[in-house]
Order: sequence, then structure tokens, then C-alpha cells
Amino acid sequence: MRNAMISEDEVSVPKRSTRWHILVFLLPAFIVYSAVMILPLIETLRLSLFNTVDGQPTFVGLANFGVLFGDERWAADFWRALKNNFVFFAIHMLIQNPLGIALAAMLSIPKLRLATFYRTAIFMPTILSFVIVGFIWKLILSPIWGITPFFMDIVGLKWMFGPWLGKPGSALITVSLISVWQNVGIPMMLIYAALLNIPDEVIEAAECDGITGWSQFWKIKLPLVLPAIGMVSILTFVGNFNAFDLIYTVQGALAGPDGSTDILGTLLYRTFFGFQLQLGDRSMGATIATVMFLIILAGVSLYLFGIQRRVRRYQF
Amino acid sequence: MSKARISPLRSGFVHLALAGYTVVALFPVVLTIFNSFKDKNAIFRTPLALPTAETFSLIGYTTVLKQGDFIGYFQNSLIVTVVSIFFALLFGAMAAFALSEYRFRGNTLMGLYLAIGIMIPIRLGTVAILQGMVAAGLVNTLTALILVYTAQGLPLAIFILSEFMRTVSDDLKNAGRIDGLSEYAIFFRLVLPLVRPAMATVAVFTMIPIWNDLWFPLILAPGEATKTVTLGSQVFIGQFVTNWNAVLAALSLAIFPVLILYVIFSRQLIRGITAGAVK
Repeated sequence: MRNAMISEDEVSVPKRSTRWHILVFLLPAFIVYSAVMILPLIETLRLSLFNTVDGQPTFVGLANFGVLFGDERWAADFWRALKNNFVFFAIHMLIQNPLGIALAAMLSIPKLRLATFYRTAIFMPTILSFVIVGFIWKLILSPIWGITPFFMDIVGLKWMFGPWLGKPGSALITVSLISVWQNVGIPMMLIYAALLNIPDEVIEAAECDGITGWSQFWKIKLPLVLPAIGMVSILTFVGNFNAFDLIYTVQGALAGPDGSTDILGTLLYRTFFGFQLQLGDRSMGATIATVMFLIILAGVSLYLFGIQRRVRRYQF
Repeated sequence: MSKARISPLRSGFVHLALAGYTVVALFPVVLTIFNSFKDKNAIFRTPLALPTAETFSLIGYTTVLKQGDFIGYFQNSLIVTVVSIFFALLFGAMAAFALSEYRFRGNTLMGLYLAIGIMIPIRLGTVAILQGMVAAGLVNTLTALILVYTAQGLPLAIFILSEFMRTVSDDLKNAGRIDGLSEYAIFFRLVLPLVRPAMATVAVFTMIPIWNDLWFPLILAPGEATKTVTLGSQVFIGQFVTNWNAVLAALSLAIFPVLILYVIFSRQLIRGITAGAVK
């Protein structure tokens, strides 16, 4: 109490000398963060409104966006990348997150033996780089090595095997599943933590009312971890619409076969950095980055103002 | 904990499912490491077998170490990661202290400004970052990567550390002030040692995205002298696609250090991610 009063006094005395130390503490972080992150971001957004006309950077308004959405050289690539990105995201939401919830639910069973071991092992792929994961799966799925057909033969499904990464129809799904394999640890951990934070009294009260097993999970635990599921969803969204490394490693910058795995990240890379015969185009690169920024911003805003506020939170 | 009533049958299914998925998670990595120690015939004939005295071979590793400058790549990755984490933690802790300790005009606004980077990925500014690095003559230097990763690590570091600094007792800091310690001494000598566990947590999970990043090394520092392990193995393996020994060995070399660190720090990492829910 006394402390509170002292600090009140300190604040209310206006004639104290300027508190330089606050500035000293804040300045390094502020400078690095502003110079390397915020200003480039703003500059990128600004560049999307400019293009080179007769060798001069000229303000062109929203013309770059018009080109990206409608011009025949760009629009087909862009809409395909956007569609692929949504498919990529949908596969994560439909497979990675439910799988993560299921694993977390099993891990959180009290007094489960070996839980620490399972947890550590299942999380392990998440810490590996996309490069390692991409190449490992390329080898395993390779028809030359024959690991996958061998296993499919055991379960009698060998006829289903194909060079999945090489076929336009299945490449995107395959790459998405590799990404799911790698990242399932994140939803698992976050939801596991949320499940452990449910107080014993709540569970005991449910058991007294005869709610156990499956119905306990659906009716008691799942509603209580909804905030964590919302959090996982937005992390997945931001991560997916910003993804690049895995597809670049597995399918190359052209995101083959025939562009079937092209997402916004790889399109951005090719556009602004150039690849093979294609020259780098800074303005169009900035335009694609701006579109990605707006998509991510929309997702984050929807989460912060729409979902996060409506999800009922329980204070224990 | 009175609710350990779970039938043996159900617990059997749970173990089956968890063990099954554990195999799915570990198998690809284990397979890669085992086969990296075999000769070429054994890789293809008996891919699932452990290396035996007959099939044991280090040919992949000797090729990799002869052809690619993996030691150099490791050095680069190590320098970039350690220096970036150092600055992100130092600057982050300083800013977190200012935000959590003092009341000043614009405090909340500054907190929000510094938090933008938690959700908006720094990659979206790459076009202008590259432009800026070109103008500053920093392309193909480790400094460029260090700057970018420091900025990338700051928002989360500030966010987490300021939560922790709010828990440091005011009595202690005020006692220091009465004893005539400057605000700097209070920060460096009283507060920093107390938030060390939180700093370790932040360090562990700032490290992973930095070490694993491919995007910025590819764009800002693709030169041979500044390649990181992630980019180095990407390029190297891309060149050696048909030499399976070399590819498997290069992958294993990239996996080992991460795996060893993970085994040592997994508890800390998992505790950090789950915000202490897991003991």
C-alpha cells in the first residue's frame, strides 16, 4: 500500500527532471525494430502504388493491383496462387488442428505413463527446418527409393502409390500433408497446455453429474479450450499465408509441377527476386506483398475483434 | 488428482494411438540418420535395416565434408543466431523494463506499436529490406541477417519479458533506489538476474525460427562466405540429388546439432510454449 502511494507521489510531481533513462531503455529496441521492420513494411506498401514509367518511378495509384488482378500475364498466376494458398490453409485447419486436439486430449489423460516421451517425440519435427523436412519427405516419397510403396504393399494398397509430388493433381495435397506432419506439434502443445489448465474441480463436478469419457470431452473440455483453438487457428492462418520455405525446397521456385503448388510466398519470391528467365520486378513484388499483408491483417483483425471477443472465457 | 479411473482397455487404445503417431513423427528422421551410415547398395536393398559391420560406410560424410564448406556454414549460422538472440534479449529486456516499470505518456501506444510484429511477419517487408540493405552496402554480410533477426525477435521478447518484469517485487527495486542505485543499476543488477528463467525461455524459442530460416539467407546473404547451414544444405543437396550417400549425410549433419540441443532443452522449450502449464 505504501509503495503504491510513493509511486503515486512520484508521478504527480511534475517538476522532476526529464527521465532520460526511459528513453535510453526504449531507444535501441525502437530504432532496430522501426528501421528494419516497420519502415520497410510501410515502404513496401508505398512501393505498391508506384511503377517504373519511362525509366522514372511514377505514382500509378492502384494500377499495379489492377494488373495483378486482371492483366493476363499476372492474373492467372495470382489467382492460382491465392486459391492454392486457401487449399493449403484448409488442409491445415481440417487435418493438422483436429489431429493436434486429439493428440493433446490423449496426452492430458491424468497419470498417463510415457506422456513426457510421447510429447517430446511428437513435437520433434516442429523444430527441424523446412529444408530438412522437405528433403527427407522427398526421399521417402521417391519411387526410386521405394520406402512408401514398400509400406503400402504391407497394407495391400500398393496400387494406390504414385509419384504424388510429381503429379499436378496430388502435389499440393502432398506438400500440405508434409507441412501438417511437421507442424502438428504446435496445436498439440498449445491445446495440451489449455487442457492442463482446466481446474480439477470442474472435472470432478462433471464426474459427479455423471459426465465422463467422450461426453466429458465434448461438453466440458472442448468448450473450455476454445480460446486456445482460436489462437491456434490464427497462428496457422498467418503461418500459411506467409509460407515459402517448404514449397521452395520440395518443388523449387517454380512450385511445380506446372505451378500446381504455387502459393503467395513462392509467387512473391519469383516476382520480386526474379528466377531464371524472369527478371525481378520490384513494384509488382511490393504489390503482392501488400496483398499478403492485407490478407493477414484481415485475418488477424477478424480474430482480435470478431472471434477473440466473442469466445466466452472462463476465469478460474 | 482423484480422477485416474480409466479402464485398461481405453488406456491400451490411447497408448496404441500415441505410440503409433510417435512412430510416424520419428520414423522419417531415424530412417535418414540410419541410412546415412550405410553404403549405397545397402541404402537401396535394405533401407529399413540398421547399418551392420558389412554395410557401414562413411562415404557420404567424407563427400559432404570435402565438397561443401559445412564447417563454415555452421559457423555462420552460429554467429547469426547467437548475436541476434543476444541483441534481441538485451534490447527487448531494456524496452520491456521501460514499459513495465515506468508510467509515461505514450506507454500503451508504444507497447502496441512494438507488438505489431508478433502477428505481422517481417517477411512482408522484404522488398524494401533488400533495397535498404543494398543502399547500406550490407548485402552478403552476416550483419544484414543479424539486424533482420534482431528486429524479428524483439516483439515477442518484449511482450513476454514485460509480463515477467511486472512480477518483480517493487519493494526490492525501491530498496535499491533508497540505497542510491541508479535506474540502470536497478535494471542490470536487480531485475535482469531475476528474469533469467524467462530470458532462457525466450532465447530457446527465438532461436528455432532464426536457425531454420531459408528466406532471408536466400535473399540477403546467398554468397558462399555467408551461407547459413539451412541455405548451405539446401543448395548442396540440390546439387547432389543423385548422390544418395551425400544427400543423407548432409541431412543428418543438419539434423544432429538441432536434435542434440532439443534433447537437452526440450523441457524448457515445452514449458515455455505451454506457459508453465507443463511441469
